[in-house]
Amino acid sequence: MVQNNPNFVLMVEDLTVSFDGFKAVNELSFYVEPNECRVIIGPNGAGKTTVLDLICGRTKATGGSVNFKGHELLNMREDQIVHAGVGRKFQTPSVYEDLTVFENLELSYPKGHNVFGALFFRRDDAVKARIQEIAEMIFLQDLLEEKAAFLSHGQKQWLEIGMLLIQDPELLMLDEPVAGMSVAERKKTAELLNRIIADRSVIVIEHDMGFVADIATRVTVLHQGKVLSEGSMERVQNDPKVIEVYLGH
Amino acid sequence: MLSNSETAFITPKEAIAFAILAALIFVVLPMALDTFRLNLFGKYLTYAFVAVGLVLCWGAGGILSLGQGVFFGLGGYCMAMFLKLEASTPENTAIQSTPGIPDFMDWNQITALPWWWEPFHSFGLTLIAIIAVPVVFAFIIAFAMFRRRVGGVYFAIITQAIAAILTILIIGQQGFTGGVNGITDLRTLNGWDIRTDEAKNILYFVNGILLFACLFAAHYVRKSKLGRLLIAMRDQEDRVRFSGYDVASFKIFVFCLGAAFAAIGGAMFTLQVGFMSPTLVGIVPSIEMVIFCAVGGRLSIIGAVYGTLLVNFAKTTFSESFPEVWLLGLGALFIAVVMAFPRGLAGIWADWIAPRIDGLFSRQSSSSAAPKTPAE
Repeated sequence: MVQNNPNFVLMVEDLTVSFDGFKAVNELSFYVEPNECRVIIGPNGAGKTTVLDLICGRTKATGGSVNFKGHELLNMREDQIVHAGVGRKFQTPSVYEDLTVFENLELSYPKGHNVFGALFFRRDDAVKARIQEIAEMIFLQDLLEEKAAFLSHGQKQWLEIGMLLIQDPELLMLDEPVAGMSVAERKKTAELLNRIIADRSVIVIEHDMGFVADIATRVTVLHQGKVLSEGSMERVQNDPKVIEVYLGH
Repeated sequence: MLSNSETAFITPKEAIAFAILAALIFVVLPMALDTFRLNLFGKYLTYAFVAVGLVLCWGAGGILSLGQGVFFGLGGYCMAMFLKLEASTPENTAIQSTPGIPDFMDWNQITALPWWWEPFHSFGLTLIAIIAVPVVFAFIIAFAMFRRRVGGVYFAIITQAIAAILTILIIGQQGFTGGVNGITDLRTLNGWDIRTDEAKNILYFVNGILLFACLFAAHYVRKSKLGRLLIAMRDQEDRVRFSGYDVASFKIFVFCLGAAFAAIGGAMFTLQVGFMSPTLVGIVPSIEMVIFCAVGGRLSIIGAVYGTLLVNFAKTTFSESFPEVWLLGLGALFIAVVMAFPRGLAGIWADWIAPRIDGLFSRQSSSSAAPKTPAE
């Protein structure tokens, strides 16, 4: 049985959340392997974002289990989940607009995360070098001193991806990373994602099927809080159930 | 690459701003004012401790507390209890039915000193209590609120309610607290008469030095990563949380720090003014302190001191001439600042005055004088 394979990075089993009786996610199970890029697709209201919220602790589950490398995430606080190695990007770009690009990345650097650590944090050469390295990956190396408020929408998306990269999470969750981007920005983002998914597991929510085909190892289709179909891009695209509820439109 | 000045504790510009304020407080005011007026400014400056704490909590961290008077009052009461016990020697209180206890206790038919007054016989314990009592109280409030993710306007309302409750408690427990009159008739500190002109002058300078210690501490926090985190939390709390920070612990820390500053201010108030009363604990003084901070510019540590001095000076001047309309004027001032100058005096300085000074000093770079963030 695949369910007992200890090599999975993430094992979601029977995950359920109910909002006033409405089951947004209903006994959902799926498994993510190391270095896999899993794309979750599905119609609006299928529960895609809720699944990410449940994994990262933003929403408390009603039942089930989320096991990440042997940690039961459902019992952990958000910051503990992050320290366990799970990074999350929000759908709308969430960056600190009053701070510079450099400072945005610095706050995500995995050091000095408690009160006194932050109070006596030193901006040493290792920190600067790492920020420089990440900034080059996310195409923002010339904008380090710019306030994040002055970045374009696409650049903010990249900055938030960079803020996750600097944490070096083993599991990276991205909610619609190319939404609202121009065609050129999309191409650059696909290139960026292909580079960063090489040495970690990634879960991506995306609507743009061209983009999905570019990055996905496997695709999970959600419908009404349940898995409708799962497998390679090709298999999912040809699944009559998927065509009926999602792709057919 | 990144300029190193950003990581330095203090930039030349900030050093100049601190130096100007120091010159004002330590040289100009003492030379220009008689002891009575200097003592009055010393009293204003005790409120500046609170305003500086509010810059960190409210301006940087987005935590609006409408109950800072609580911590100012607790610090002040701790000091007043010590001074009162020293003033209530058996010889001084020989005419009471129970000599050796504070006069207001005797008036309320209390015959023995309550146990929680006992530590205030010791000056050392009093100094500890001045900081510890308000900070522990602030910690309890902050822990209860921020762990449950209560924030914003709800937090403001709760702090205001706490200010009201503490006032009622102090007034109601007249025998233990001096009631509505407060703790009055304070005379000496370890045998040193605090009512003389000389003592008042010395206390003014002690107050100034403590204020600068708090200013530097606040400046350090602002410049540290914690300072940037506060701003990040104010704007994108979830992003901070999902970057691996326990947001509540940072809010608890900054709220306790603000309470500690306020408590030092309260203790210095008691020493300089010679009494402590519930009128300094309740809702009205707590809101006034927020106004001082807003007028100075809630993002600027130094601006908060100027805001406090300006509003209080105006209050003394105008309330002497127009006692009826003063409160309305204060309200109007607050509204005007929020509507027209959300960054207060510091914003006016940064937008209007600083660029012109820069222009005077460096003609060649005057065109590149980009709008700066509020002066620290």
